[in-house]
Amino acid sequence: MRTIFKVFQYELRDVVRSKWVILYTLFYLLITDALFRFGSDTSRAMVSLMNIIILLIPLVSIIFGTMYFYNARDFVEMLLSQPIERKRLFIGLFSGLALPLSGGFVLGVCLPFAIHSGKIYDMSSFVMLLASGILLTFIFIALALFISTKTDDKVRGLGISLLVWLFCAVLYDGLIWLIIAYFGDYPLEKAMIGLTIANPVDLARIVIMLKFDIAALMGYTGAVFEKFFGSLVGITIAGSSLILWIVAPLFAGMKLFNKKDF
Amino acid sequence: MIEIQHIHKKFGKLQVLNALDLSIQSGKITAIVGPNGSGKTTLIKCILGLATPDSGTITINNFNCLLNSEYRNDIGYMPQIARFPENLTALEVIEMLVDIRHSEEMYDNELIELLNLQKEMRKPLRTLSGGTRQKVSAVIAFLFQPNILIFDEPTAGLDPISSSRLKDKILKARQDGKTIIITSHIMSEIEELADEVVFLLDGKILFQESVVDILANTSESTLERAIAGRMANSMYVEHIS
Repeated sequence: MRTIFKVFQYELRDVVRSKWVILYTLFYLLITDALFRFGSDTSRAMVSLMNIIILLIPLVSIIFGTMYFYNARDFVEMLLSQPIERKRLFIGLFSGLALPLSGGFVLGVCLPFAIHSGKIYDMSSFVMLLASGILLTFIFIALALFISTKTDDKVRGLGISLLVWLFCAVLYDGLIWLIIAYFGDYPLEKAMIGLTIANPVDLARIVIMLKFDIAALMGYTGAVFEKFFGSLVGITIAGSSLILWIVAPLFAGMKLFNKKDF
Repeated sequence: MIEIQHIHKKFGKLQVLNALDLSIQSGKITAIVGPNGSGKTTLIKCILGLATPDSGTITINNFNCLLNSEYRNDIGYMPQIARFPENLTALEVIEMLVDIRHSEEMYDNELIELLNLQKEMRKPLRTLSGGTRQKVSAVIAFLFQPNILIFDEPTAGLDPISSSRLKDKILKARQDGKTIIITSHIMSEIEELADEVVFLLDGKILFQESVVDILANTSESTLERAIAGRMANSMYVEHIS
């Protein structure tokens, strides 16, 4: 545990000093402030913020994560020549990037929130928005770590990361609509739940939408989730699936990392 | 003593180390030489645990290196290219390693002064030149006074003064009884430093002899020519047998 904390502590220092994390925090700060300041309705501002979060967090986390882990490779080699167990180094690397990035997001969103708190009536929805953002950061950093461990070539790794994001955030929705269009005559509800759980971006969207109570307005999968599980059970199932989405790539990445030749 | 027994290592279809057996004696400087791609760095990485052999064993003072990472407490390593977290300073990287090792022993930071690094220690590592980062890497290798020191092309990128000071430090470490492994393409450097030469070719040891014996047996004036002659001889013997 001590080693994990030490690796985390120094990586955190390195990441926090990187201008990208500061820019990332500033971006959320400006966007959230603008949405609250100029939006006529706070719930609409929150939905707009949700749409930004759902697209941008996976993109930044997976691309920044993949680049960081490739650039850190020589540093990892240096640490591995020290008496450090690989599992501990892996967890230290993951948390050293996932925590400052999610911290940047939370800070960027919470500061304007504190300024405009008088306008917000639905505190629990806002907390759900933050939680989903943090979970998405963790998931896509875990995926980045998995991809950069699996693929030695940096350009290829970045390409795969970009494709993963494109698939989860953009193409997946189209795929679902295609399935609905072709197989609309069949009972698709259960299959849709399965398909939704298979995509973390969809899951995060549903968690927030169920909380906002606008699931039916925001697409087929949201409506199916609400119909089958109701808001609370739906959020619990989707939330647990999101946590599974962190654990699965992290565990698979760790297995690869333990056997990897540097 | 480092004992390497029958290790094989393959990367894809490429057999990098092929049934390699090697004994590295304590208290001596052993140079591992060979053409590019002969398996030198892979062998070093196997000793360090950065790469895992497909089969075979590596033991250091009778401790099996493949079992856990504790044996690396006794190893100092200077890699071929030194890269660190860009936004940390050299001092912070050293502090981190001290924190991780949690060593109670005295630290050997003599090289900071010898290599004129005092002013560079508090600057972010991204602002340092490749040679200066290489010097930081040398400081780290000696820091914990390990009994085994491994250098992969240690003087590449160093200025002549730093290079000669580092070599003096390596020779002093041998006097103190440390076991030293070094790879280099500069034969004059090997001649100056090494007691023994291990020549690798296609993942196998072509020969392992002391520098004195190589020079004596080939009657050449420089190690570079002697190794070339010794290599041709070994390949001829291998060819006719």
